[in-house]
Amino acid sequence: MSLVIKGLNKHFENSEKATLNEIDLEIESGEFVCIVGASGCGKSTLLNLVAGLEKPTGGKILLDGEEVNGPGADRTVMFQEHGLFPWLNVIENVKFGMKLAGVPKEEQEKVAMHYLEMVHLQDYKDYPIHQISGGMRQRTALARALTMNSKVLLMDEPFSALDKQTSNRLREELQRIWMETKKTILFITHSVEEAVYLGDRVVALSPDTGRIASIITIDIPRPRHVYSPEFVELRHEIMEQVRGEAV
Amino acid sequence: MGMLIFLVILILAWQGFYWVGVDLLELWKPYAVPEPAGVAKRFVELCSDGTLFEATFNSLMRGVAGYVIAVIIGIATGLLINHFKYLQKNLKPVVLGIQTLPSVCWVPFSILWFGLSTNAILFVVIMGSAFSISISVDNAIKNIQPIYAKAALTMGASRKQMYLNVIFPASLPELISGLKQGWSFAWRALMAGEVMTTSIGLGQTLIMGRDLADINQVMLVMVVIVAVGIIIDKCIFSVIEKRILKKRGLA
Repeated sequence: MSLVIKGLNKHFENSEKATLNEIDLEIESGEFVCIVGASGCGKSTLLNLVAGLEKPTGGKILLDGEEVNGPGADRTVMFQEHGLFPWLNVIENVKFGMKLAGVPKEEQEKVAMHYLEMVHLQDYKDYPIHQISGGMRQRTALARALTMNSKVLLMDEPFSALDKQTSNRLREELQRIWMETKKTILFITHSVEEAVYLGDRVVALSPDTGRIASIITIDIPRPRHVYSPEFVELRHEIMEQVRGEAV
Repeated sequence: MGMLIFLVILILAWQGFYWVGVDLLELWKPYAVPEPAGVAKRFVELCSDGTLFEATFNSLMRGVAGYVIAVIIGIATGLLINHFKYLQKNLKPVVLGIQTLPSVCWVPFSILWFGLSTNAILFVVIMGSAFSISISVDNAIKNIQPIYAKAALTMGASRKQMYLNVIFPASLPELISGLKQGWSFAWRALMAGEVMTTSIGLGQTLIMGRDLADINQVMLVMVVIVAVGIIIDKCIFSVIEKRILKKRGLA
């Protein structure tokens, strides 16, 4: 047992209905869970609540039995807009969290290089952020998130601001990296294909009720391929469900 | 280079204007209109007896001293205003109000407090620039993109780390332009203070020119005041500003 969400509610003051309604979800350690839903269904709100960037109006979030009470390094977020610091270069950005945690310099260098190699950016380590492409920025953000060694890695549509080709490439790499590292990941996306490709389980949120519409276990063995018949079939099935909910 | 040519043209036009208006048509009296040649002559005279250097040096030292104190006060109050909601709501409008007060208005107050002394001038400089700096500090921090703070918080940043590693570097470009503006306010306030008192400096040299009815000296000192302002801006603030922006790919 790792991350437990119990009866979670979020009702913004200025909105008529609750954004999130009685959300119950348990995420095992080492599990890759994807949350899908149309825009406005509250999936990013759910991530912000788990991250501690927002407070729930009801319910609880427990991480290894401890209640979440504000943001922390055990729940690092990788954002849609990379969130890298423009005053630091690539490797300095990757080291940032370790620097905050007071990790010794040599160790920072070693760990940073390890993850930069994992995302194939070792040759760009001294580049300023504005000189690398959008895809490379997300790779840097991924490397930075991985160095944190968080209990749960939260990913808020990390590839959706990229062009299709780059986004596909990065999700392939994320699949490989997850197979290597077995991090616990909560991944938010609006793309059913992405969710089916990456997740052990896909949680579909309903935009109307703010509830979980369905939870589907994806038992296609990894590495997965988007053109395999079982993938296409499952993707289609979930898409129907999500669409049905949205109507 | 284009700028230099323009300046030469401007000075030549000014000299021509003098020749036509004063020498040829005798529309104005020579003591009422400054002349480039006369200003240059006065420049050489005031340089050779060291007056101009001493005045500029004194003014600059006073300006820098007052400015440094204003920066410290401005940053401190700016941070406080930014940090405490109560001060943001109540003190900031007051500071904004005081900031609209022309610095020369502080002179009578300052003389009553400190007499005709250097301290009186420093006080005017500080009051003239500290508040603009606190407003810019507050704005610079407010304009930081929220994602930087979010990213740092989810990497476990403490409040102190937040200020040192995120808020300070993220607000730096805007902070520098606020400090630059603060300097221009300080320099103006300095002149307001100096013309009212008798300590040796550019302001006093300016007033001496008036007392001697020497319009060329008045003009010369004005040119020097502008030149010092420009040099400080171009050689210090703009250099720092450009370096920071270039590093971040913003220039």
